[in-house]
Amino acid sequence: MLLITCPWCGAREETEFRHGGEGVRVPPDGDDPGWTRLLYYRENPAGPYAERWVHVHGCRQWFHVVRDTTTHQILSTRRLDGQEGAA
Amino acid sequence: MEHAFTNPEFLWRTPQPRASYDVVIVGGGLHGLSTAYYLAKNHGIRNVAVVERGWLGNGNAVRNTTVIRSNYLRAESMPLYDFGLRLWEGWEAELDYDLMFDQRGVLALTHTKVEANGVKRTVAANRLTGIDAEWLEPDDIKAFCPIVNVSPDIRYPVMGASLQRRGGIARHDAVVFALARAASALGVDLLQGCEVTGFEMAGNRVTGVLTSRGRIGAGRVGLVGAGRSPLLAGLAGFSLPIQSYPLQALVSDIVDPVLDCVVMSGTLHVYVSQAQKGELVMGAGRDTYHSYAQRGSFQILEHQIQAALELYPIMRRAHLLRTWAGIVDVTPDASPILGRSPVDALYINCGWGTGGFKASPVSGYVFAHALVHEVPHELATSFSLERFETGTLVDEHGAAGVAH
Ligand SMILES: Cc1cc2nc3c(=O)[nH]c(=O)nc-3n(C[C@H](O)[C@H](O)[C@H](O)COP(=O)(O)OP(=O)(O)OC[C@H]3O[C@@H](n4cnc5c(N)ncnc54)[C@H](O)[C@@H]3O)c2cc1C
Ligand SMILES: [Zn+2]
Repeated sequence: MLLITCPWCGAREETEFRHGGEGVRVPPDGDDPGWTRLLYYRENPAGPYAERWVHVHGCRQWFHVVRDTTTHQILSTRRLDGQEGAA
Repeated sequence: MEHAFTNPEFLWRTPQPRASYDVVIVGGGLHGLSTAYYLAKNHGIRNVAVVERGWLGNGNAVRNTTVIRSNYLRAESMPLYDFGLRLWEGWEAELDYDLMFDQRGVLALTHTKVEANGVKRTVAANRLTGIDAEWLEPDDIKAFCPIVNVSPDIRYPVMGASLQRRGGIARHDAVVFALARAASALGVDLLQGCEVTGFEMAGNRVTGVLTSRGRIGAGRVGLVGAGRSPLLAGLAGFSLPIQSYPLQALVSDIVDPVLDCVVMSGTLHVYVSQAQKGELVMGAGRDTYHSYAQRGSFQILEHQIQAALELYPIMRRAHLLRTWAGIVDVTPDASPILGRSPVDALYINCGWGTGGFKASPVSGYVFAHALVHEVPHELATSFSLERFETGTLVDEHGAAGVAH
């Protein structure tokens, strides 16, 4: 089980959270390949991965996480506005 | 004194890499080995190498729970998976190996009206396609599989089930051994400890693979990397609509025979069969986060065991012996990707996700065809990478789900 530091609430067990996938999704300019990418393609690196989680059984805030997909180590968590968490 | 026993014969040759091959297959799991086998057997292409970063069958090939069935939903998928099941039915004789292939029946329980309707729809679609499928009411389930708790007062009462009698299990390691032996005997070089680290290109055409054992020239290359397919595609300069997640499984200690079929429950995220040895083999849903680490989170196992204990109270007395995970290559529509890639002479076979063991024969069969003829086999025309541009997805979430 992962121990995830919610920027608002502090370190809590993974079961309080839900994984939300790739961190930042940018809508395309309107071309088809761009939409294909937006709909179906996600980054899938081996190493640090920028993703989002939501503290669904806590404060219900979404936030940014950088996690290493080869070790599951959480490298950082940040609020959506980019601020470091107070917690 | 002479040794009391001798080592068994080696099943396959261990050659040095040649300078080049007609076809290089990347990935020595079941699908890579099956592809190489069918290249040699069906097409007479024997100047073939399988390059494998670890040892043959280190990945999902031997981490899966070996459920075999063909009761998928879509018109595009059913013929593919059922042709696969028919290949299984002849494989032990063809490969001359005891695969412990056992058509003991696969039962898929339902617990909600919506799920029951969905499964009945799949049963109907299967029957219309000539695939054996039956709908069982709770009393029939109890008769077919006595350990299932069909009482109406459990948290998620059983509302009925589909049954595919031709479905079953096999011994995954044996399949690796059998395919490796057969491919090697036909002339395929199996190169272990040979990690692909890049591709040699001439313009947009692949001309070789760069490996930890040096450069190997290739007329054509097939990527069959399962969970690591996105990394291989990245080395070749393109992306795949695949996300890699841990999928866990576990076995109990050895117990008396209590279960002679496979039972799955999509809603409760658990499925179980009993190995011939006596262990209860159980799988769950996948973990939620991306990973290449081949392990998952404990609460997934906890959840699956809770469900198992409610559905099969007799399992309360079993002990957890071992758990593990593989990294599964999940596509947006839970269907595989087979065929051309954006790079010339480079072909892809991936996206089987949580359910590719059953497809080991057919995956290699159709992919070998694509590598030779440069067009998909007729069973695989709907599974190209382009479907994500055209939107013609083959949505098998219902039939794939937890039910591998
Ligand atoms: C826990 C679990 C349970 C499952 N249960 C079922 C089930 O009941 N029924 C079912 O049908 N399916 C099931 N599956 C899915 C099934 O195991 C897979 O779909 C299938 O095994 C994938 O094909 P493979 O055997 O070729 O994969 P793998 O064995 O993973 O083969 C891929 C190979 O590529 C190699 N490779 C990767 N990158 C490189 C590189 N750069 N260079 C060289 N080699 C490389 C890897 O080392 C690996 O050996 C399950 C999977 C898991 C994890
Ligand atoms: Zn919080």
